[in-house]
Amino acid sequence: MGVALVAILLVFKDIVKDIVGVALVAILVLSNEIIKNNGIMLDKIITHPLHEKKNSTVCFSETALFKVQQIIARYPSGKQKSALLPLLHIAQEEFEGYLSVDVMDYVASLLNIQPIEVYEVATFYSQYYLERVGKNVIEICRTGPCAICGGEAIQSYLEKKLAIKTGETTPDGLFTLKAVECLGACGSAPVMQINTEFYEYLTTEKIDKILADLSSKAKEEKPEKSLWIEEFF
Amino acid sequence: MDRRILLNNIAVPGIRTFEVFRSTGGYLSVMKALKEMTPDDVIEEVKKSGLRGRGGAGFPAGMKWSFLDKKSNKPRYLICNADESEPGTFKDRFLMEKIPHLLIEGMICSCYALGAETGYIYVRGEFKYIVGILNEAIREAYQNGLLGKNILGTSINLDIHVHSGAGAYICGEETALIESLEGKRGNPRIKPPFPAVVGLYGSPTVVNNVETLCNIGFIVNQGGSEFARYGVGKSTGTKLISACGNINNPGVYEIEFGLSVREFLYSEKYCGGIKNGKELKAVIAGGSSVPILPANLILKTAAGEERMLSYESLAEGGFVSGTMLGSGGFIVFDEDACIVRNTWNLTRFYHHESCGQCSPCREGTGWMENVLHRIENGLGKARDIDLLVSIAAKIEGNTICPLGDAAAWPVASAIRHFRHEFEEHVLHPESCKNSAIRQLDNVQIRRLENV
Ligand SMILES: Cc1cc2nc3c(=O)[nH]c(=O)nc-3n(C[C@H](O)[C@H](O)[C@H](O)COP(=O)(O)O)c2cc1C
Ligand code: SF4
Ligand code: FES
Repeated sequence: MGVALVAILLVFKDIVKDIVGVALVAILVLSNEIIKNNGIMLDKIITHPLHEKKNSTVCFSETALFKVQQIIARYPSGKQKSALLPLLHIAQEEFEGYLSVDVMDYVASLLNIQPIEVYEVATFYSQYYLERVGKNVIEICRTGPCAICGGEAIQSYLEKKLAIKTGETTPDGLFTLKAVECLGACGSAPVMQINTEFYEYLTTEKIDKILADLSSKAKEEKPEKSLWIEEFF
Repeated sequence: MDRRILLNNIAVPGIRTFEVFRSTGGYLSVMKALKEMTPDDVIEEVKKSGLRGRGGAGFPAGMKWSFLDKKSNKPRYLICNADESEPGTFKDRFLMEKIPHLLIEGMICSCYALGAETGYIYVRGEFKYIVGILNEAIREAYQNGLLGKNILGTSINLDIHVHSGAGAYICGEETALIESLEGKRGNPRIKPPFPAVVGLYGSPTVVNNVETLCNIGFIVNQGGSEFARYGVGKSTGTKLISACGNINNPGVYEIEFGLSVREFLYSEKYCGGIKNGKELKAVIAGGSSVPILPANLILKTAAGEERMLSYESLAEGGFVSGTMLGSGGFIVFDEDACIVRNTWNLTRFYHHESCGQCSPCREGTGWMENVLHRIENGLGKARDIDLLVSIAAKIEGNTICPLGDAAAWPVASAIRHFRHEFEEHVLHPESCKNSAIRQLDNVQIRRLENV
């Protein structure tokens, strides 16, 4: 019996190989499908534009460069990498509110560190944006204490009012809506932060007013830069 | 029971400025410490005071200071932990915004005691306006000879710098904070070595919370034993409690340890009772990481004693019937609050904030979030509840930093005390008042079914 089986296998070994191969491929395709359709983990795959290097020349303004020197001086010599987080904040201020690869490479050169050291930091912290954002970034708190005080309703109201989903930017480029974790202002829940400003005890009426104010301000002039650089010193 | 240490002068107009702060007796401690005391004297007084860290763990500050490696010839550092991101906690922001010089005063005395010539204040990135306030206070202190070279004509030098984070809860953990201050991702380090031996730039470092450091001025001025006369037992001094949730008067209150939870919750002087005349359902007494307690257990211990606001009283009963003081973030839930939804919400928070270094935390928080999401959305199965308990148990104690525990405890305690609500969600999902919020599309549902 065993001998017969081996003989058959030998004779048909090519066919067996094919069958096994086809089966393997089928299993792979199928499991991929299963993962795609049902996989909880799949929505966690992060795509970010780290590959979009444009090789444009990037340079901070005079004032910003002066600040950079002052910030680096706060840390012991040789430890200039410590200035990375503050510098990335300034970089976002200087360049349209987000960090492009070129900007990050520039910051790396300012601190004399490898670009990868900047990327790994920029992708870790939630306040660094790797993609273009609106002029006003609305960060609505969605954590427990705010949520039990009506934060979820405020978030859906914002989505409705701006006609975008959380994470998106309005077509006019005025607002980006983000959901963030506890802003450390739970006593005045629900809370949101727009640029550097806190807005507390939110109601739908307040949201109407805040959005109207920001929209009209944007029409008059370029919206003021947030106070980050000014307040830094 | 309403003596104060930190906020005595909070209502004085202009207390944020150097002039006014000084006129209320501010910075006297610096003169006393530098001119009349040796660094060891200061440490001795802090030990005597029994002051415990206000950042969450409650570790005695004097003891932490005495661990600082004295033999090392490297520079020493003091870092003020102003990362305040524990949900429900907003007391450090209050101190820094209203009375920033109190922190600078405390830091100068502490740096003197520790022999540190550089101090950093690590402020969470969202508090940008606080950076401005602190920098102004520091500028005034330099101008008045309290910082810089040869402070007050002595040979002591000290610089204090403000450093801004960029949005990461984990950077509140002291070794993650140090990594972040070094310009890296906020990945906690394996301990030991502790920061007191190998900290910032490999040097001996002490990390203390804002509120902890704000107490040092009083201790130097009045002596450690005077400080220890405040409070009860081993909970000496006062504590800032930040109260939020479904109460009439949310805000920051300074209480003397030993105040009863009942008085804190219902008296007009503090929380002012539950909003809209509703009933109390539960309280998270020390920031989102500590176990949640139902109304009966937060007001009275299992042994029937009045529960007090103090490290010991809140911990009475262990995790079976007690909780922790934590950071003092007091979150109150009324009868309408959905415990399942809140537990899901907090678990999502921890999943989002996990730095991802250890698999029990990175994966465990994700699984708990998914399972809770499924239950909250009416697709839960009876076995899910025990599944949650077992995931939580597997995270707890098996991670590099305590964030893993902090994620496990809320889930374990919510199920311990409110199992019936979880079961109700599994059996009759439509009965929850929150069911209107649920709007799942088919893809989401399919995913949930396959968890
Ligand atoms: C995940 C996590 C987050 C923390 N967040 C903070 C924080 O925001 N602020 C803080 O002062 N301590 C925080 N801590 C506690 C610190 O690790 C550390 O114990 C504290 O800064 C020590 O200061 P203290 O002894 O004065 O309390 C956190 C701990 C963990 C594990
Ligand atoms: S427990 Fe979580 S947050 Fe802490 S080190 Fe591990 S993965 Fe990071
Ligand atoms: S939960 Fe929203 S600010 Fe803390």
